[in-house]
Amino acid sequence: MARIGVFVCHCGKNIGATVDCERVAGEAAKIPGVVHSENYLYMCSDPGQLKIKDAIRDKKLDGVVVAACSPHMHERTFRRAVAEAGLNPYLAEMSNVREHCSWVHQDIEDGTAKAIDLVRVMVEKVKLNQPLTPIRVPVTKRALVIGGGVAGIQAALDIANGERDVILLERDPSIGGHMSQLSETFPTLDCSQCILTPKMVEVASHPRITLLTYSELEEVDGYVGNFQVKIRKKARSVDMDVCTGCGVCMEKCPVKKIPSEFNVGLSMRPAIYTPFPQAVPNVPVIDKENCIYYIKGKCKVCEKFCGPGAIRFDQEDEIVTYDVGAIVVATGYSLYSVGEKPPGSTIAGYGEYGYGNIPDVIDALQFERLASASGPTEGHMRRPSDGAEPKTVAFIQCVGSRCPEKGITYCSKICCMYTVKHAMLYKHKVHDGDAYIFYMDIRSGGKNYEEFVRRAIEEDGVVYLRGRVSRLYRKDGKVIVRGADTLSGTQVEIAADMVVTANATLAQPDSQDVAQKIGIAYDKYGFFSEKHPKLAPVETNTAGVFLAGACQAPKDIPEAVAQASGAAAKVLEMFAVDELEREPTIAVVNEDTCVACFFCKRICPYSAVEEKEIKDRDGNLIKLVSHVNEGLCQGCGLCVVACPSKSIELLGFTDEQLFAEINALAE
Amino acid sequence: MQLKVPGPMVVSDFTQQVEAIIGQSVSKCYQCGNCTAGCPAAPEMDFGPQRIIRFVQLGLKDLALTSNTIWTCASCVTCTTRCPQEVDITGVMDALRIIAQREHYPVQDRYVTALNDIFLGNIRTFGRQYEIGLIGKYNLRTRQFFKDVMLGPKLFFKGKLKLLPHRSGNVREVREIFRRVKEESAASSANRAGRA
Repeated sequence: MARIGVFVCHCGKNIGATVDCERVAGEAAKIPGVVHSENYLYMCSDPGQLKIKDAIRDKKLDGVVVAACSPHMHERTFRRAVAEAGLNPYLAEMSNVREHCSWVHQDIEDGTAKAIDLVRVMVEKVKLNQPLTPIRVPVTKRALVIGGGVAGIQAALDIANGERDVILLERDPSIGGHMSQLSETFPTLDCSQCILTPKMVEVASHPRITLLTYSELEEVDGYVGNFQVKIRKKARSVDMDVCTGCGVCMEKCPVKKIPSEFNVGLSMRPAIYTPFPQAVPNVPVIDKENCIYYIKGKCKVCEKFCGPGAIRFDQEDEIVTYDVGAIVVATGYSLYSVGEKPPGSTIAGYGEYGYGNIPDVIDALQFERLASASGPTEGHMRRPSDGAEPKTVAFIQCVGSRCPEKGITYCSKICCMYTVKHAMLYKHKVHDGDAYIFYMDIRSGGKNYEEFVRRAIEEDGVVYLRGRVSRLYRKDGKVIVRGADTLSGTQVEIAADMVVTANATLAQPDSQDVAQKIGIAYDKYGFFSEKHPKLAPVETNTAGVFLAGACQAPKDIPEAVAQASGAAAKVLEMFAVDELEREPTIAVVNEDTCVACFFCKRICPYSAVEEKEIKDRDGNLIKLVSHVNEGLCQGCGLCVVACPSKSIELLGFTDEQLFAEINALAE
Repeated sequence: MQLKVPGPMVVSDFTQQVEAIIGQSVSKCYQCGNCTAGCPAAPEMDFGPQRIIRFVQLGLKDLALTSNTIWTCASCVTCTTRCPQEVDITGVMDALRIIAQREHYPVQDRYVTALNDIFLGNIRTFGRQYEIGLIGKYNLRTRQFFKDVMLGPKLFFKGKLKLLPHRSGNVREVREIFRRVKEESAASSANRAGRA
């Protein structure tokens, strides 16, 4: 016969006001198997926990039900207390009489009756509880950071400075990400490159960091603490150990007319190139799609002029495998294309803005390159069409963002601030120029951000016009901006020399593929989902995988860096122990009844179900069955529901236990 | 109404004109609307004070100067007192009235200007106010001959109205004030003309 103790908590007035806790305790005492029952004002407090411990010892309890708040709140607290009294913690359960009862009822009679039912249900479950032991998994103390933008760089440096090995993966030829393209940063106007490049160099020279550029993630296997990652090192066609980065090959390359990705098409680059002069590593790659040798089989000019002889036309992609314990995903964002609707995209462009057709309509990233001292104009304001200095510039905010019609309902968050910065930079460079900003709201939440906006308006004379722009068109070398100012209630028409659009921040176009490779969730926009929007913004639902930067949601630099350091702290926390402890409430397969349909394998969101071979003593295959990987299973129970032969049980939530609960209710 | 910006125009002349009078930049206004919220005369205005400030910011001169707002404003200074950005909205209204008069913009509210003219005329003539004269002239000029006429006897018997004007002992000095103001105003407008 079971010996169960019931402890009813008043939670001050939270439960006590709508549930007669004394009566609940009294009724609980009448349930067969309950040998101890009491109520107390705050069960979670020290004296409350002491009551539980004392009862376990005195009454020799073999099960505990605490009727109090949600298990999310205090299950750990009570299980720890129970364990301290020498009972297996998984023999203790919470009955939620606060969120599920007192908070949703007004009448004390109703509340009390329901609380009694809830306690009875849980007592019946606990009678069937089995002692469980936490799962222990070893940890490989090496981290993989995916993405070499500022977030990835920060996470890699923090982990490496915590004396752990890091592999930093970047698919472009150089690390640096979007931040390396920026001119100055808000709200301090310090030069982006000046604060980023030292970090890039530090990454490259750090003994704990293995830097893999021009490389992509192929496959992720395993589970928390024990991931195996496959990485494709794309052929650079240049030997990284031999190349000195002198740059002669780039000068001599006969192909010169390829739009530079780094300068967003505002300048041209050769077929053998580094994205920018401060690239890390400073080793060029050959762009095979545009290299004459790869197209026609002749040329090899770069090889001829290369002093150290570093050109390797026969280099092939290489697949490397690493064991890592944790993964930080920092893959960043992409910018919404204003022009025509890109093929395959579900998001329509803004044809009415003429981006791509009107040369003097540029996007925000192009403006960054125009304003940058290392950009194609060396920081001089010159418009793309004729190289003239624009005297009237219109900036358009919320291009794509907050526009359900284009499929982007969210606010891109960073545009308000970078547009102020753009207008300010422009006014600082062209003193007699006019800057107009079309906006819907100025969202300047952040340290010193609002002051920055007011400075642009009051000191630099930037004119804000509240309204969207309906149309842009070309007339006599000018771009006519047709907008409105809702504050004065007027239509506005500006003959601008140049127009800059603040395009929406999107997830990377292939973010969903990456998420599926790693096994993490993403939202409908392709941004990766955090475990909890408030209390676990750095973790994902997959243990051992963390998020940093704009791959989770649009973020500015300080936020991305803060999250990266947060992710690094989480990784170092994991690496501080040799074995990880995990909740034992996971799925187990009954191998005798499993028919190997692998329905569970297909439905598992964590890729935790594997195929297992059952062999006889001679090694002959008898049958295949499903097997749940203890490290990966999160105990969600989907496979239990899906299994057609009822061969999977979730420990701690077995069918037997659940039916006992239902029976108790039906009595 | 359309705001056209055909080419370079750092700050419009009109905005500068107003700013020169109030001695402050109107760019400080962030259009929160607190001035309109607290304005006791706002229900009678065609645009609230916040809209007028916006017109000044964008140089929409005609809109600002032809509105009845600047004449309906009672200069109670609630707006200026409560403005979080410390913009002198009442000062802007004064400035707009000055510019409107100087540049002969049609006055949208003849009652207000009629009262102002007669009020000041009486003071210039008598050195202080002559109430019966004010009421009489005002009612004649605005063609509402019997307006508030029943209040007359009450006020008279309480001794609030005198039949004949009472001259101030210092009419001369008051006239001197009027003369000086006129002189200075002429000088400053000549100055402006010279600069332009």
